[in-house]
Amino acid sequence: MSFRVVHYINQFFAGIGGEDKADVPPELRQGVVGPGQALAAALGSEAQVVATVICGDGYFAENLEKATADILQMIRSCNPDAVVAGPAFNAGRYGTAAGAVCAAVSKELGIPAVTGMYPENPGVDMFRKSAVIAKTADSARGMKDAVPAMARLVLKLLRKEELGSPEAEGYLEQGLRKNFFTDVTGAERAVEMLVNKLAGKPFVTEYPMPVFDRVAPNPPLKDLANATIALVTSGGICPKGNPDHIEASSATKYGEYGLEEFDLLTASSHETAHGGYDPTYANNDPNRVLPVDVMREMEKEGVFKKLYGKFFTTVGNGTPVANAKRFGAEIAAKLKKDGVDAVILTST
Amino acid sequence: MVKEIERAGFPVVHVCTIVPISLTVGANRIIPAVAIPHPLGDPTKTPAEEKIIRRKLVDKALKALQTEISEQTVFSE
Repeated sequence: MSFRVVHYINQFFAGIGGEDKADVPPELRQGVVGPGQALAAALGSEAQVVATVICGDGYFAENLEKATADILQMIRSCNPDAVVAGPAFNAGRYGTAAGAVCAAVSKELGIPAVTGMYPENPGVDMFRKSAVIAKTADSARGMKDAVPAMARLVLKLLRKEELGSPEAEGYLEQGLRKNFFTDVTGAERAVEMLVNKLAGKPFVTEYPMPVFDRVAPNPPLKDLANATIALVTSGGICPKGNPDHIEASSATKYGEYGLEEFDLLTASSHETAHGGYDPTYANNDPNRVLPVDVMREMEKEGVFKKLYGKFFTTVGNGTPVANAKRFGAEIAAKLKKDGVDAVILTST
Repeated sequence: MVKEIERAGFPVVHVCTIVPISLTVGANRIIPAVAIPHPLGDPTKTPAEEKIIRRKLVDKALKALQTEISEQTVFSE
C-alpha cells in the first residue's frame, strides 16, 4: 500500500489562467494536475498523488481565513497521509498560500506537509517555523530540481525518518536548535572557529543569530497643513507606454515621473507595467493604485500643503530584496533633498 | 522600499492589500486596502462611490502619518 498525498497548486500551474484568473476559489480535482505529474514521478511507488487542490493566488490572499478553512476541508476529505504544496519559487502570494496550507495541515491534521520556495519569498519568513520548505530557484526554470527535493523530504517524513540539518537536506532553516553529542568540546570547537576566522578561512557557526532587520517607526507628522506629501508605489503605475521599460517582474529599476500637470491620472495618460496582477482595473483608472485625483483634491482644500511634484514607481513582483532596498534608499535620498515631509506608499 | 524610506527618516504609511506581507517586510504604519488589482478603488461601484472609498483610505493614511506609534501598527478602523 502506498501513501496518499494531496497536492496544492495555484491557478497558473493548474493551467486555468494567469492574473485574469487569480480570483478563482478553491477547487478539488482527483489525481494529478500540472506539476503534479512530475511530483508523482518523483514519489515513485511509495506514494501516490490522489488529488489536487487548486486556488487562485489573488483569491487566497484576499480571503486568507476562508480559503485556508475551505482548502483544509477539501484536503481532509481525501484522507491523505501527507500534503505537498507548490513549489512557489519567488511568487509572493503563491508562497503565502502554500505556506499557510502547509501550516494548517500540520496543525489541524497532524500529517507531514512540505512546500518549496526561493529564500526571498515572503512566505518563507511567515511560515518557516510551521512548514518544511524546500529551497528552490526563483522561477519555474528550477522546477526539475524543486519537485524531487520536495518529494524526497515528504517521503522521509512519511517514513517517519528524522530530517537532518537544513543544509544537508535542502530545506530552509526553521529556527530550531538541536542538541547532539560530539567528541570535541565546545571550547575546542570555538577555538577552531576563531583560528579559522583569524586566518580568513571559512567557518560555520553552530548558533546563527536571527537577522532582525527592523526599522523603528519615525515620529509622526506634526503639521499636516504645511506638509509636502510624496506618492510612491510598487504597483507599476507609469506614463502610458512605460517609457523607461520597467520590467513586468524582477524589476531592476524604478521610474520618477512628473505629477505637476496632472489633476488626476487617466487611461490615456498612465498605465501599469506590473505583470503580477490583472492590469485591467489599474489601466482603466490608474488612480485606483496611485490616488492622484484624491491627493490633488485634498491639496486644493488645504488639508496638506503640497503633493510632491513627482511620483516614484516600480514593479513589486518577484523583485529581489537587494533591488527593492536600493530603490527605497535612492528614492528616500531624492525626497529628502526636495524637502518632502512624509510618504504614502501603495502596493498591489 | 517602505523600510528604506523609513530608515531615511520619513514617516511613511504603507497602503496595501496583503497585510501579512507588509508586516513581514517591516512596514510600521499599515492601511489595509481594497483588493490586489485595485487597492484604492472598487470597479463594482460607481466612479463617485469609488472616489469616496479612495478618499477615506487616503484620509486614514494621513491620520496614520500623524499618529505616534511605538511598533508596527495596522490601522484597520
